[in-house]
Amino acid sequence: MSLTLLNVIVAVFIAIAFAALNAAYLVWAERRGAARIQRRPGPNINGPFGLFQPPLDGVKLMAKQLLIPGDVDKILFMVAPVLAMAPAITSFVTIPFSSHIVGHNMHIGILLVFAFASMGGMALLLAGWSSRNKYSVMSSVRAVSQAIAYEIPMLITAITIVMITGTTDLMGIVKAQTGGFWHWNIFPFKAGLFNPLMLMSFLIFFICSLAETNRAPFDLGEAESELVAGFHTEYGSMGFGLFFMGEYANIVIGASLTTILFLGGWDCPFGLFPGVWWFLLKIYLLIATFIWIRWTFPRTTIYGLLNLSWKILIPASLFNLLLTAGLLKVF
Amino acid sequence: MSAPIRIRPDETFTLNVGPQHPATHGVLRVKMEMDGEYIVNAETVIGYIHRMHEKMGELKTYPQFLMNLSRMDYLGALGYSHGHVLLIEKAAGIEVPERAEYIRAITVELNRIASHLFWFGAFVMDLGGFSPLMYALQDREYILDMLEAVTGSRLTYSYYRFGGLYNDVDDDFIAAARRFIPRMRTSMKKYHKLVTGNIIFKKRLEGIAPLSPEIIRKYGATGAVARGSGINFDVRKNEPYSVYPEFDFDIPVFHECDSLARYKVRMAEIEQSLRIIEQGLDKLPGGPIMPEKKKPIKIAPGDYYQAVETARGSFGIRLVSDGGKTPYRLKLRSPTYSNMHLFDESCRGMLIMDALAFMGSLDLVIPEIDR
Amino acid sequence: MGAYFSGIFSGLWSLFVGMGITFREFFSPTVTVQYPYETLKMTARYRGHIELIADEEGKPNCVVCGMCEKACPSSCITLAGEKPEGAKKKVLTGYHLDFTKCSLCGSCVESCNFNAIEFSREYNLASTRKEDFHFDLLQRLKDRNS
Ligand code: SF4
Ligand code: SF4
Repeated sequence: MSLTLLNVIVAVFIAIAFAALNAAYLVWAERRGAARIQRRPGPNINGPFGLFQPPLDGVKLMAKQLLIPGDVDKILFMVAPVLAMAPAITSFVTIPFSSHIVGHNMHIGILLVFAFASMGGMALLLAGWSSRNKYSVMSSVRAVSQAIAYEIPMLITAITIVMITGTTDLMGIVKAQTGGFWHWNIFPFKAGLFNPLMLMSFLIFFICSLAETNRAPFDLGEAESELVAGFHTEYGSMGFGLFFMGEYANIVIGASLTTILFLGGWDCPFGLFPGVWWFLLKIYLLIATFIWIRWTFPRTTIYGLLNLSWKILIPASLFNLLLTAGLLKVF
Repeated sequence: MSAPIRIRPDETFTLNVGPQHPATHGVLRVKMEMDGEYIVNAETVIGYIHRMHEKMGELKTYPQFLMNLSRMDYLGALGYSHGHVLLIEKAAGIEVPERAEYIRAITVELNRIASHLFWFGAFVMDLGGFSPLMYALQDREYILDMLEAVTGSRLTYSYYRFGGLYNDVDDDFIAAARRFIPRMRTSMKKYHKLVTGNIIFKKRLEGIAPLSPEIIRKYGATGAVARGSGINFDVRKNEPYSVYPEFDFDIPVFHECDSLARYKVRMAEIEQSLRIIEQGLDKLPGGPIMPEKKKPIKIAPGDYYQAVETARGSFGIRLVSDGGKTPYRLKLRSPTYSNMHLFDESCRGMLIMDALAFMGSLDLVIPEIDR
Repeated sequence: MGAYFSGIFSGLWSLFVGMGITFREFFSPTVTVQYPYETLKMTARYRGHIELIADEEGKPNCVVCGMCEKACPSSCITLAGEKPEGAKKKVLTGYHLDFTKCSLCGSCVESCNFNAIEFSREYNLASTRKEDFHFDLLQRLKDRNS
């Protein structure tokens, strides 16, 4: 018992460090990536390739005065950024990076991650509501309707995977996919199950993780050309910093989950040297795609987003669920 | 702790979009009465950067006022200067050498492309896409470099003089302009692939903010706003001035009336401007760029008017002279002023994000509204 | 029903086309100038603030005719001159430019018939004090000569 507890505590510390490091350097990667796409060099002054930029930005954010506007609900206002960051970090604890590197493996790992992911929506709601800013309130209302709309297809797709692999244990899901890329869930020729729609499911899941993490083209919560800065309009200093880190931590979680569910986790595509490097390679490729998408597309509208979810993604994922259920029965 | 908020179901709230807001691209304020995300009523409030250009027109001598025109619209300044010099030349009876008039047409069209490019980028940025802005600015930079080499300035050109030009163009300019045309055509293909064809972009604009021809006429809107609603009006064709009758070009008109139609008009206009530049460079005659001897400007008492088609629509300038050194009255009819005012009426019942996309499609330049 | 599916596919395709374009741009060279580290040369016609032109002896060409002062739409130019005993021409004793009001229109340079003023190529002008933009051009000319 006490050993598990210690395990978890150590894991949480490592998770915080990992999340913070990721957040910092993903910002750097995003800025560099965006710059390259726009044919500029991006941050390149501080350190080689601008690699000292993120810590300096962190120092700058921390050095700033924490302003709390007079009219806000102080407690909620302070809790919200923490709430945006904390669930993301907690989710890291249960994500298996390789067969050995996992904070605490749980049989209901996938549920845990989803449960924590939906808390992110609450953080946005609280932030917007407590800010007493009209733009923030509008943004948080958007964020909530968006979170609801996109958690459904995401969960349905996850259930499809759970049905195929027969387990809710993230470790188990990966183990069910070992042995080369043709065993991955994204491909239809999984042994004994010829579901042609798995690629579509992957796309649905990917789109949903974009929407869940409030990334462009679904960044309606912080649509700066309409809502100034959305739910974090009133936040400065580290309050803003936490939201920022939370966003990137969530991106890492989303990419990890996609990797685990569809891309075989730490499994090597050719069955060679499975290990944590494959997992990291896969999630960073996915994150690069996130960044790439963000700097390519305009933002959707709120109704376009809801239409996409309710009219396309949910029926499609439901259909795939039924199909998978049928196929499982047949084979 | 502050008092709890009581919510009444039929309550609306006021949202101040601007004077400092990322969507208004300047100091425009829109007072919106909102019901959730729906706009019940909107009122545009202008005047935050009023600079009294018309009054300055009355106080300054004719040549002294030249530079003011390039400060009205900082994106398409040459079009405005063109209107001004044409008016004074008409009123004072000054002959303009043909070469000067061709160069004017070429530079105005270049400036129109620059303006449309900037609008394109800013508009897509309003919709949340950043990279197209950077690509558009790259192309625009090319134009600005060209114009800077000729005029000495990047935005506030004040390049035209009564009777001609401040500087002649050199071979470098002509070569650069020739290089620019194919480059711009390739870029246009890129933009159409990246933006026009994009499903998200289309979904955001198609059928949004339809402006009927009636409302266009009611507010006197011109330019791409009118041409996107099926009104075939372009001063260059309807009341030809300068050397425009010499050129073969089309006026793009779209009948869908929505934001996408306004977008398409401007994108098609870039191509037409390229055609004009191409022909202008081919036909460019030699000769002087200023009349032989400079006469002091003397304008007989009377009432003069000149309209030109700028990047934003029909710009009119009216001069009432009493024969003195300065105008008795100078009226500047700025196109965006009319184009903007239909926003109040048209945006009712729209979602805020659609309304701001609609505002972007009007191509507002606030200093030009406020003058 | 067919339209529903073809709509989805053509929409999805358009997204991939867009991503193809940004992908190509990603691997194209950068086009920006790293400003404080690299600077561009201003073009020959660049209009900076005005500067006096000196003759061979380093004396200003200006004959204090006052044309530029009159032409300036923003009244930025204040001249001072005196006619020394026995001299034919007036001598410039003060040429004051109030750059805070100057609109870089070029009227002054155009109106000068004595080739006495020109535009400088200076554009790195920034200050927090207004007084820094009240230029004494005669003094600047002397500084340049020395
Ligand atoms: S450039 Fe124009 S505003 Fe400036 S000093 Fe000369 S005349 Fe006056
Ligand atoms: S116009 Fe030329 S010569 Fe006359 S005062 Fe001005 S600078 Fe001197």
